[in-house]
Amino acid sequence: MPLAVVLILLVVGSVIFHFVSPWTFTPLASNWGTIDLTINITFIVTGIVFVAINLFMAYAIIKYRYKKDARAKYEPENKKLEYWLTGITGVGVALMLAPGLFVWAEFVNVPEEADVVEAVGQQWHWSYRYPGADGKFGEVDAERITMDNPFGIDPADPNGQDDLVVAHPEAHILLDQPVKFLLRSKDVLHNFTVAQFRVKMDLVPGTQTYLWLTPTKAGRFELLCEELCGIAHHTMRGAIIVDERADYDAWIAKQQTFAESQVVVVGNADIGAAQYAICGACHGQQGEGSVAMNAPKLAGQSGWYLQRQIKAYQNGLRGVHEDDTYGRQMAPMAATLFDDASIANVIAYIQSFPDTPAPHTIAGDADHGQRLYRVCSYCHGKDGMGIQALNAPRTAGMTDWYMARQLQNFKDGVRGTHKQDFYGMQMGFMGAIVQDEQAINDLMAYINTL
Amino acid sequence: MSSYVAIADRDHEIEHHDPQTFIRKYVWSQDHKVIAIQYGITAIFVGLIALGLSLMMRLQLGFPNEFEFINPESYYQFITMHGMIMVIYLLTALFLGGFGNYLIPLMCGARDMVFPYMNMLSYWAYLLSVIILLASFFVPGGATGAGWTLYPPQAILPGTPGVEWGILLMLVSLAVFIVAFTMGGLNYVTTVLQARCRGMTLMRMPLSVWGIFIATILGLLAFPALLVSAIMMLFDMNLGTSFFMPAISSMGVDPGFVGGSPILFQHLFWFFGHPEVYIVALPAFGIVSDLLSVHARKNIFGYRMMVWALIAIGGLSFVVWAHHMYVSGMHPYFGFFFATTTLIIAVPTAIKVYNWVLTLWEGNIHLRVPMLFAIGFIFTFIHGGLTGLFLGNVTIDMPLSDTYFVVAHFHMVMGVSPILVVFGAIYHWFPKITGKMYNETLGKWHFWMTFLGTYAIYLPMHYLGFQGVPRRYFAMGNTDFLPESAQALNAAITISALFVAATQILFFVNMIWSMKSGKKADPNPWDATTLEWLTPDTPPKHGNWGPDLPVVHRWAYDYSVPGYEDDFIPQTVPPEQAPAGRDHGVVD
Repeated sequence: MPLAVVLILLVVGSVIFHFVSPWTFTPLASNWGTIDLTINITFIVTGIVFVAINLFMAYAIIKYRYKKDARAKYEPENKKLEYWLTGITGVGVALMLAPGLFVWAEFVNVPEEADVVEAVGQQWHWSYRYPGADGKFGEVDAERITMDNPFGIDPADPNGQDDLVVAHPEAHILLDQPVKFLLRSKDVLHNFTVAQFRVKMDLVPGTQTYLWLTPTKAGRFELLCEELCGIAHHTMRGAIIVDERADYDAWIAKQQTFAESQVVVVGNADIGAAQYAICGACHGQQGEGSVAMNAPKLAGQSGWYLQRQIKAYQNGLRGVHEDDTYGRQMAPMAATLFDDASIANVIAYIQSFPDTPAPHTIAGDADHGQRLYRVCSYCHGKDGMGIQALNAPRTAGMTDWYMARQLQNFKDGVRGTHKQDFYGMQMGFMGAIVQDEQAINDLMAYINTL
Repeated sequence: MSSYVAIADRDHEIEHHDPQTFIRKYVWSQDHKVIAIQYGITAIFVGLIALGLSLMMRLQLGFPNEFEFINPESYYQFITMHGMIMVIYLLTALFLGGFGNYLIPLMCGARDMVFPYMNMLSYWAYLLSVIILLASFFVPGGATGAGWTLYPPQAILPGTPGVEWGILLMLVSLAVFIVAFTMGGLNYVTTVLQARCRGMTLMRMPLSVWGIFIATILGLLAFPALLVSAIMMLFDMNLGTSFFMPAISSMGVDPGFVGGSPILFQHLFWFFGHPEVYIVALPAFGIVSDLLSVHARKNIFGYRMMVWALIAIGGLSFVVWAHHMYVSGMHPYFGFFFATTTLIIAVPTAIKVYNWVLTLWEGNIHLRVPMLFAIGFIFTFIHGGLTGLFLGNVTIDMPLSDTYFVVAHFHMVMGVSPILVVFGAIYHWFPKITGKMYNETLGKWHFWMTFLGTYAIYLPMHYLGFQGVPRRYFAMGNTDFLPESAQALNAAITISALFVAATQILFFVNMIWSMKSGKKADPNPWDATTLEWLTPDTPPKHGNWGPDLPVVHRWAYDYSVPGYEDDFIPQTVPPEQAPAGRDHGVVD
């Protein structure tokens, strides 16, 4: 008897939970209302079956519970009943399958007028390519991928010259305009998912896949990788921004073409030397850093990383949090480098400095630090030299007190919380697993041994 | 004309040597009952490890970043090992190596498996595969963190934990497991086909045997696909082939592969992986049918249909595999075919559910512990089966694939449901296996806490999936479209999981205490009809049947036959002594 009552309560409770719990579908922002409709049909059919069979079972348990003088009925088969049940089940299944197949046919066939955007996945970030003025993509090849040509575009292909290359996890698309995403991966499987759009598809290295949708709401939608792609899978985030026409055009106009991206700005260390005078006041004449001035060592740090951080300061991605005292000091300094050329010049000058390891200021348990560093080593390298393809800077031989402070900042959300600071966001995820100050010190003690 | 003489007809010519030494009796034993127990204990032991791993994951998900030893690296190792252990090394091994070994000869009226020596080798090879698997926790780099699906390219590239040794040991362990399974599986199939006692026609066999039989055939056909994919991946790793590896740029470095297809691996994996679901489910279907019939004192409803449904599900399970790959990037037109076959499989499955419920209808239901678990199974299986209709329907799979809806679905349908049957079956046959009765009160507590606790874990988990919470995420971080309450729900799920895990202690206490000090069991405590309850000794001795094999005169479900005083007629009772029941005295 209690079993039957519990079964009834579970059925009733499940139905109530379904209708009143706050956890339900994320509101739709695309044309794929038909998917939601298919789900609702399935919910109705399966809901009826769930309630009916379980209540019938509960009723049977009550009605035919063991009685000493009762006896079960002997009925090996009832062909008529079995055929009826089979038939009804068949109808129910057809009722759910038919709309599913219709909607799938719609998904498989992309409207001809759809815009085309290529989304490229790699461990562990997103980038995008737009076909540019000619509406055609240039040929790509995995074997051509380098740090200077991250998309692997064939430089000899005229179609590729005007492709817009967006080496950043944010893409813009146009409101109410169908868009087909061509999906490509450089390394492992990834998956392109925006919950509000409903559709998703894997990115498969060696081939190209696609999905399409028409965005129906303007705004910023988070893009998640939903196919396990390694240790930082959960940090592989991006954003799809749905714009009105004017905003969209303005954004497109600001993007770099492939041809433009291939023009390498060569920094001039001599010019950079003059501009470095301001930097040197804190970071030291040889970029050696200064504890007293709260300025880390610059010598030996990768140029791409220095450039990205200067831009992050300039664009308000870094050095704006109210608790980031020293970052806020740096932000106006970064602003003095007014264009790409002057940034390149300064970096060229910094790279001429001798790279002597920063003094060790932090003591800790290096053995414990070594165990903790296992996770760090996936991106920053076992030798701590950093891996540009993973957007991870060098740690070995750099300033320990500075890295400790930054790790604490990541952990506390002082750094890496700006919506557009995707790489900082990744480090925020990783900083969160370091338990306390002691663990940070142990980690630094180990990094100092690298 | 064949000169073949059935094994049962040659019984008196075959010599039976009882093992004499302790080692031959209990260690290098060729007795199917001992091997069954060896399989069972080993499987449950690794299952407990996998349960522990799931708690580590739940701790991270419920209370993120609170524990230093749970970091992204170890987390992905936990999910991989948890999944692989639960599916292969626990459920497959326990249902086929454990219950298959114990029940097939006893229920078919055989003295043992047809190839006892190979049966023994099967267990030791299985143990070896378990040792290799567990060793991967202790090698440099640790176990693989590629996810239980082991998808390349990721599985063998830096960026995934265990790329040094873990993945190698995983693949080798799987290969050894498949060898073990093949030795056991050939035995089970041959024994069912060749060693049944006189009168035991196929259509008189208990559904437990049918379920295990069909599942074993599925295993023999499906595991080779996993074996070749494991070998091909080993080649890609070590011999420079590119079966699954296209030209890529991994962390800015060209690893030198060219031309392979990651999707090929997925096809091979799921050609094994989907039948694998039924390798676990069909024995559970069979066993639960018998539990329901015995404890409801009623024949299983629609026996023939039940047998044909098992066969149909088994057959269909080989043409639905790509429903795991709707969003894999395979040709989208496959979606039409696989959605259709997948939803068709719902029909025979639904028939089984109807027939279980109709077996209760007009029964005389004893709610003993095995029956509670059997009914609990029906409830969770209906739930898990219905959510399968969402995921099997290609369109609906798109928003739900790779979310917690999937995790909730497959745990409900191939985690909770089969495990409830495992518990029900262990309680049901405990008196036969040990000769002692279990403690009914502890058993009931165990049922209630497990049943309600697991529902509290998995019902809400579906709704996290609806919101779009992805599976295999170490942490969600700040994600705009998720309300903060999602984290609260995750914490609640974790607490339920810890609770369910803790209550399993009741089961082990009950088993161990009852084995030592339980009441002596009646040879046939449930008044069941099937042969295993009719052995001359309880627990059955080597050779099972004493001097003479049983002879069967009726099907396995003559319960409450009108015109007979007892409410059950054992299969060995000839028609002269009792009403003929379903068979009307005619052998099909």
